Amino acid sequence: MRRTCYAYPYLVWMAIFIVVPLFLLLFYTFTVTTHEGIRLTLEHIKRIWEPLYLMVLLRSILLALICTVVCLLIGYPVALILSGKEYSQNKVLALLFVIPMWINFLVRTYAWMSLLGRNGLIDMVMEFLHLPSVQLLYTDHAVVLGMVYNFLPFMVLPIYSVLTKMDKSIIEAAQDLGADYITVLKRIIIPLSLPGVISGITMVFMPAVTTFIISRLLGGGQYILIGNLIEQQFIVVGDWHFGSAISFVLTVIILITMGIMRKYDKEYEGGAIW
Amino acid sequence: MKKVFRVFGLLLSVMTLVGILAGCGSAPKAQLKVYNWGDYIDESVIDEFEKKYNIDVIYDTFATNEEMYVKIKGGGADYDVAFPSDYMIERMIKEGMLEKIDFNNVPNYKYIDERFKNLPYDPNNEYSVPYMWGTVGILYNKKMVDEPVDSWKILWDEKYKKQIFMLDSSRDSIGVALKMLGYSLNTRNMDELEQAKEALIKQKPLVLSYVGDEVKDAMISGQAALAVVWSGDAIYTKRENPDLDYVIPKEGSNMWVDAMVILKGTKNKKAAEQFINFMCEPEIAFRNTDYIGYSTPNTEARKMLDPEILNDRTAYPTDEDLKNCEVFEALSDVIKEYDRVWTEVKAAR
Amino acid sequence: MVGRIGKRIYLYLILLFLYAPIVMLVVYSFNESRSMGRWNGFTLKWYAELFKDTEVLRALYNTLAIAVLSAIIATVIGTAAAIGIHEMKRVKKAIVMNLTYLPVINPDIVTGVSLMLLFVFTKPFTGMGLGFFTMLLAHITFNIPYVILSVMPKLKQLDRHIYEAALDLGATPFYALRKIIIPQIMPGIVTGLLLTFTLSIDDFVISFFTTGSGVSNIAIYVYSMARRGVNPKINALSTIMFLTVLILLLIVNKRMNKDNSRVKESLR
Repeated sequence: MRRTCYAYPYLVWMAIFIVVPLFLLLFYTFTVTTHEGIRLTLEHIKRIWEPLYLMVLLRSILLALICTVVCLLIGYPVALILSGKEYSQNKVLALLFVIPMWINFLVRTYAWMSLLGRNGLIDMVMEFLHLPSVQLLYTDHAVVLGMVYNFLPFMVLPIYSVLTKMDKSIIEAAQDLGADYITVLKRIIIPLSLPGVISGITMVFMPAVTTFIISRLLGGGQYILIGNLIEQQFIVVGDWHFGSAISFVLTVIILITMGIMRKYDKEYEGGAIW
Repeated sequence: MKKVFRVFGLLLSVMTLVGILAGCGSAPKAQLKVYNWGDYIDESVIDEFEKKYNIDVIYDTFATNEEMYVKIKGGGADYDVAFPSDYMIERMIKEGMLEKIDFNNVPNYKYIDERFKNLPYDPNNEYSVPYMWGTVGILYNKKMVDEPVDSWKILWDEKYKKQIFMLDSSRDSIGVALKMLGYSLNTRNMDELEQAKEALIKQKPLVLSYVGDEVKDAMISGQAALAVVWSGDAIYTKRENPDLDYVIPKEGSNMWVDAMVILKGTKNKKAAEQFINFMCEPEIAFRNTDYIGYSTPNTEARKMLDPEILNDRTAYPTDEDLKNCEVFEALSDVIKEYDRVWTEVKAAR
Repeated sequence: MVGRIGKRIYLYLILLFLYAPIVMLVVYSFNESRSMGRWNGFTLKWYAELFKDTEVLRALYNTLAIAVLSAIIATVIGTAAAIGIHEMKRVKKAIVMNLTYLPVINPDIVTGVSLMLLFVFTKPFTGMGLGFFTMLLAHITFNIPYVILSVMPKLKQLDRHIYEAALDLGATPFYALRKIIIPQIMPGIVTGLLLTFTLSIDDFVISFFTTGSGVSNIAIYVYSMARRGVNPKINALSTIMFLTVLILLLIVNKRMNKDNSRVKESLR
């Protein structure tokens, strides 16, 4: 197992840029500054379990979950089609799904606002077709739309990369044995692509929990999300202790969730490939 | 796949080349590091300053007072001159982050309107020189609101359900509620704050969106009838859409000032003072106010303005309009309570 | 079974969704009005203003330089790390992976502020003030996890037997790695490269806190305009960037098709 040494440069990097800041976070989470000096405390952690903050936490996780599921439902077929034989020659096509993200986020979101708003383009098209006017902006639908828009490439690309160069002989063997497309999809393609799906889910779900600007701009800022709350503590209130504590609790919750998900990954990894 | 790498490689070499070219030239000069809001200066003014005083200006921008504060406080920046707002100046003075200005080197300070001197954030005029100022008020669409607008109470009128934009900022929105109730927007009274919270929760179903700067586009395109905005934005939106008008409610409001300060630890205080003085030159102050569209505190620059703007009560309100207006105080001791109230308002269903 | 046309329509719909706002801002970059709320007539003045603005051009240069450098460095470190982590024992692997997730989970503000404090604190020892280099380090840091996450699934897919066969036939481990493993995980590496480039080009909060005076990027430039409203010259800039990429892509695509048909011809 000598190949583990390839990870060493990264381990050093991680020790400096991830572990040291982590200790800083832990320090702020479990201490309080009083007149007598700094002492250990659990008060910040306790404060999060007030219903007020718990609601904020739950809502953020729920929103991220919805976003992840929608991304998966839309993104998986995209990856599947792109890796299929009609398009597999055209490697550039997959790039088309990332390029929009190279435009500044704020500018893109403002463009969405002018598309979705009252008297916006979509509204005008509806009017032109004599359909009822729709107010999409400042609704929860708009928030989900905006989040899916921003995270979709992070779902499509990892799945696509797993689906390309997949061992086609297994699929052909299954088809020779009389399996129809749905069966092949269900029994072979999806299980084999699962590691990619899990990476995609990770890359969408984790950052989605703490984004809040999309919700503020497209959803009308009707509620506070966890990322917003943390930022408020660091920037506006200046209470780094509470801000760190929220971030710490959030991290623990997400890591536990992901741990459960990885168990599924393990089962498939064992059963399907080797 | 190789193509992707090749494209990256090409990009890399092009950039190295540009980098080398950009690195060439200019002998070392005195440097001045300036930290301002984005798009908040007529940039030709900087070039002129550089030429006139033979000083190299490094000009960077920030998005909010708070981000600027965290960045400087954390030791992440070494700027000489910054442009914070009133309450932030007060906080920075209290925390010893600012350098006293030697006003002998800023003779143009005489052009600053007396109204902007001796304000509570810098009571003895030692640390700051006003740059731009304005108010907070109600922007409304005359086609959608037929009654006269003169009070914050209209933002609680059921008639305008889902037609109202509020600001997505704790201090500003709580300030509106406090003023509506007749209290000071710098209150430390928890009872008053509690009443403001109740009022904001009651108002919540009527609010279409809690917004930031995007309110301008939204009001121009007629997405709502009423919005709480800063006067500078009101001047601009009124020009884009003549149906809009702006009013400072009679209960009073927030008057704000963005001012120039010198940061502690500056290595070039003289140049910093020269810069501040230069910005107060009537001609320069005029160009800035003309470019930005916000109101200038410079009395001489004001004389160069188009009379139409000067007589616009949105940009230059009368003393009567400003009678009940207050400037924000830092409130560092109770800011947690404000944040809690705001979180509760936002969490309410 | 989904038909050929069905697939094509589906792809077009998704692309429409992705490009609708881009088209919108291209159109509005020619708008006379500063606002996206109203169309006042055609103008090119925002393009003229853009080219006069040296500030934005420098920011663009920083953005691209950091994006390219951080993407490449993160991809190299991350790919090696993924290969190593893949071979680790269960517990060690779990610990490393969970730490790897931290920059992805933590809100940008936490990462940004803590890295800023780290750089400020280490400055007396390293002599490295905040600036281009610290911003680059920060970008690499938040990029690496995405590379690992992109490469990992390909490693899981890998057929271990080929690698072992190569070793049996006398290949050195490094040679086998280069000739067997890397080509097979290449799609994952490219994915990592693209995603990290994308993340880097658009990062505001972390960049803001880890950069120093005189070094800005497009994201900082745009966000700091927010109070006054984003100047339409940013729309103009976005339009130019977008069209440049699109043209590059078309050229590459055309050449690739040519290569493909040449291969086919020679086979005939």
